[in-house]
Amino acid sequence: MPKAKVTFEDIGVAVTVPAGTRLIEVSEKVGAGITYGCREGECCTCLTKVVAGGENLAPPSVLEDQVLKDNLAPRGHRLACQAQILGGELVVRPA
Amino acid sequence: MPVAGLTDGAVEIAPGVHWVGALDPHLRSFDIILKTANGTSYNSYVVRGENGVAVIDTVKENYADDFFRRLESVARYDEITTIVLNHLEPDHSGALPALLRRAPQARVYLSSRAQMMLKALLKPSGEPPPAYIPVTTDDSVDLGGRTLRFLHTPYLHWPDTQCTYLVEDGILFSGDVFGCHFCDARLFNDRVGDFRFSFEYYYAHIMRPFREYVLDALALIEPLELTAIAPAHGPILRHAPRDYLHRYRELATPRLHNEARVEKTLLVFYISAYGNTRRMAEALAAGAECLGGVRVSLYDLEGGESGVFTDLIEEADGLAIGSPTINADAVRPVWDLLSSLTTVNVKGKLGAAFGSYGWSGEAVRLIEDRLRGLKLRLPLEGLRIKLVPDAGELDACRALGEQLARHLTGRLETREIDLAALA
Repeated sequence: MPKAKVTFEDIGVAVTVPAGTRLIEVSEKVGAGITYGCREGECCTCLTKVVAGGENLAPPSVLEDQVLKDNLAPRGHRLACQAQILGGELVVRPA
Repeated sequence: MPVAGLTDGAVEIAPGVHWVGALDPHLRSFDIILKTANGTSYNSYVVRGENGVAVIDTVKENYADDFFRRLESVARYDEITTIVLNHLEPDHSGALPALLRRAPQARVYLSSRAQMMLKALLKPSGEPPPAYIPVTTDDSVDLGGRTLRFLHTPYLHWPDTQCTYLVEDGILFSGDVFGCHFCDARLFNDRVGDFRFSFEYYYAHIMRPFREYVLDALALIEPLELTAIAPAHGPILRHAPRDYLHRYRELATPRLHNEARVEKTLLVFYISAYGNTRRMAEALAAGAECLGGVRVSLYDLEGGESGVFTDLIEEADGLAIGSPTINADAVRPVWDLLSSLTTVNVKGKLGAAFGSYGWSGEAVRLIEDRLRGLKLRLPLEGLRIKLVPDAGELDACRALGEQLARHLTGRLETREIDLAALA
């Protein structure tokens, strides 16, 4: 199975994950500082800054895109509960 | 519902600016969490310009009759060009669907974050959402000789909240911020009874968890020329309105001076039946202390009160909580402390749990779950030790403390792990 590497800058942990994993599935297990509310892409609590490797995430869905806009999220930010890791390397931190 | 001492009609705040809200003097509990010793008010306002009329917020649904009666005393529905929603919680938007039916031509102005809430509120009507315009700081609406200017003030106390400033009259329609649950038909702060307790109580329970946002909002509001603050609950603050800004700034400023501000702070709380969880706490604290750069404080929950500890936690960078397990649970003083933390912002603080147990040891995992629920980050697995910790187990406690200190001070060695190893 293709692998990807996601680094959580705030806790200094780099995790090797299967491609297709959502950020939420990893960040909770390693105890990163990304926090969650609804877990359904609505509340924007899990807003995450993508420091590098944003192209290695699946593009935001219509719902995620709308929530990011409604919440005035800066460029390079994603919802960790929605963002799916496609492969390669990625560096993130809590927004 | 008639209220003694209050006209059935609108109450003038300034020429062409009226209060059209409703009083709810018998309410004794608001949103379940707040006591309301003499009820509350739902404040709504009307502003008349040369080219149109604006309605700012509405009232709770069961008080719609009062609202519409007062509104009709100063405006016709076909004159309403503008509806401003400073906050969409049902106590302010309850009469909105009926208002939209009566004034379908009106444009709704609300914050960007309010859009989805508006759709959710109007769902039961089955009607399409009205024409609405998301606005932010410095956007404005010209009513003809009168300008409503918006201020983006989110999280006071919902994500959608905003304030609206009537430029020519210097009146700030503030939504819930600067409000309080205090019902008095005399309406104005220089005429009503003593509402100081209500003002402070409201801040403590509604605004305090969002104090960083309070400070952001104050930075926008303080430069304004103010003749009055017209909040969505409680007295209209027309006498010395700036005093209320000062008080909010005081309340939102850290309560306790931290003479070790340059260092990170870790609070270690414990409660212990036989001294085993206490020994774990002491070892953890010693481990965190030995690294340097962290001010570590150790507290026995049995010797303090949740309110004081909550003040400390609000200022701290991290907290570790130790509890024995009794009847498959953490003990009550721990839950009392954890339940009190909803009144402060603990999001993103470092957390950890530990405890000795004799039988099943559920307390640590339950505390961890609660800390995660409060949106703390828990990068380190808590420590559960059966009965009396031996030397090796106390070393593990010290190591946990040291790791917590490393997290707090950014002295972590980068780890590489495989997700499969965490399953």
